[in-house]
Amino acid sequence: MNAFFATVRRDLLLALRRKSEVLTAVFFFVIVTSLFPLGIGPEPVLLKKIAPGILWVAALLATLLGLPRLFAADHVDGTLEQMALSPSSLGLLVAGKILAHWLLCGLPLVLLAPVLGLQFDLDAPALGILTLALLLGTPLLSLIGAIGAALTLGVRGGGVLLALLVLPLYIPALIFGAGAVEAHIAGLGAGGHLSLLAAMLALAVFFAPWATTAALRIALE
Amino acid sequence: MLNVSGLACSRGERRLFSDVGFSLDVGEWLHVQGENGSGKTSMMRLLVGLSPADAGEIRWRNEPTPSTEFRRDLIYLGHHAAVKEDLTPLENLSLAAALDGIALDERAALAALVRLGLRGREELPVRVLSAGQKRRVLLARLLTRPAVLWVLDEAFNALDVAAVKLLGELIAEHLSAGGMAVLTSHQPLPVPGGKALVL
Repeated sequence: MNAFFATVRRDLLLALRRKSEVLTAVFFFVIVTSLFPLGIGPEPVLLKKIAPGILWVAALLATLLGLPRLFAADHVDGTLEQMALSPSSLGLLVAGKILAHWLLCGLPLVLLAPVLGLQFDLDAPALGILTLALLLGTPLLSLIGAIGAALTLGVRGGGVLLALLVLPLYIPALIFGAGAVEAHIAGLGAGGHLSLLAAMLALAVFFAPWATTAALRIALE
Repeated sequence: MLNVSGLACSRGERRLFSDVGFSLDVGEWLHVQGENGSGKTSMMRLLVGLSPADAGEIRWRNEPTPSTEFRRDLIYLGHHAAVKEDLTPLENLSLAAALDGIALDERAALAALVRLGLRGREELPVRVLSAGQKRRVLLARLLTRPAVLWVLDEAFNALDVAAVKLLGELIAEHLSAGGMAVLTSHQPLPVPGGKALVL
C-alpha cells in the first residue's frame, strides 16, 4: 500500500509544480457553467430545469480535458516503463495515479458545484443532491477515463480518439447523475439514482484499474 | 542464475534475431553487441519482460520470468531519461524508491548523488541540468536500489570521460559483490572480463 500512496504523493507534487494544467480543467468548468445563465437570460424556471444537465455535461468535459495527460508524460519520459518493472504491482501504482487524477480534476468540481449551482436558482437540498451525485460520479468518470487514456496511449491524434471512446461510456453516469437532481426537484426522491451511481462506482473501482493496467502493458510493448 | 534459451523476436515481417541463448552466473556480465537496428534494445526489452518474445525462454533462479521476484532483483535503465524534469534529483530518487516499495533515507540518496558528481545540484529541478547530468541522476538509482541483475541499455551515452570511468567502476564493484549485468554499447566497455553476444 505504501507504493500506492507514494504514487498519489508523486502525482500531486508534480501537479503542484505545474499548476496551470490542473487549473485549466477547473476554469473550463467554471466558465462553461457560467456562460449558460448569461446566454439564456434570467428565466428561473428554465434555468432550474436545465441546471443538472449542464453542470453534469460540463463536469464530464472538464474531466475529459485532463485525461490525455494522465499517462502521456510518464510514457514519454520512460517512468511508466520503470513502474511496469517495479516490484510493486503495476495495478496498485495505476490505482494511485487514478486517485491523484480525481483529487486534482474531480474533487475541485465537486466542491465548486454548489456555488455554481446558485446561478441556476437551485435550492439548498437540490444543491446537496447535486454535490452528492458529483461526489459519486466524478471518481467514476476518472476510473472509466483512465481505461480510455491507457488504450489511446502513444496513438497519434489520441485526444480525439479518447473522446470518441470514453464519452459513450460516460452516458450512464450522466443519466443517473443528472437524473438524481431532476428527480429530487420533481419530488420523486434521488435515492434510486444515487444508489445506482454508487453501484457503478463500486464496479469501476474493482475493474477499471485492472483493465487500465492491461491496456498499459500492451501500450508499452 | 539467469538462463536464456532460443529467444526470437521479429518486428512486423522482419525477423530481428532468433535462437539467442546465454547464461549468466554470479559476478559475470554480458556485452550485447550489434549494428544499429540489429535488435539490441528489443533484446533488452524482451529480457526484462516489457515485451513478449516470439519464442524462447528466460529463467531467473530456475523460475520462468517475469515474476515479482525477478522484478525485485532487476534494475533496467533504458534509453529514456526516466526522471521527472519538474522534480529535484533528490525527490526523483526518493520517489522512485517509494514507488518500488523500498525505504530510502535522505542520507543514502544524497551519498548516491555525490558519488555521481551531482554535489550542489541535488535541490535544482532536473530540467535545468544538462543531458549528461540527467543521465547521472538516473544512474544514481543503481546505488539506491538494491538489485542483483543490472540491465543497462546504452548506459554510456551522453556521459563524459570521468562518468564513463565511474560507471565502469560501479559495474565492477557490483560484479565483485555478487551481481550480474547485461550491457549494450557500441564502445569498448571499461569493465574487465565479460561474455560477448553478437546479434
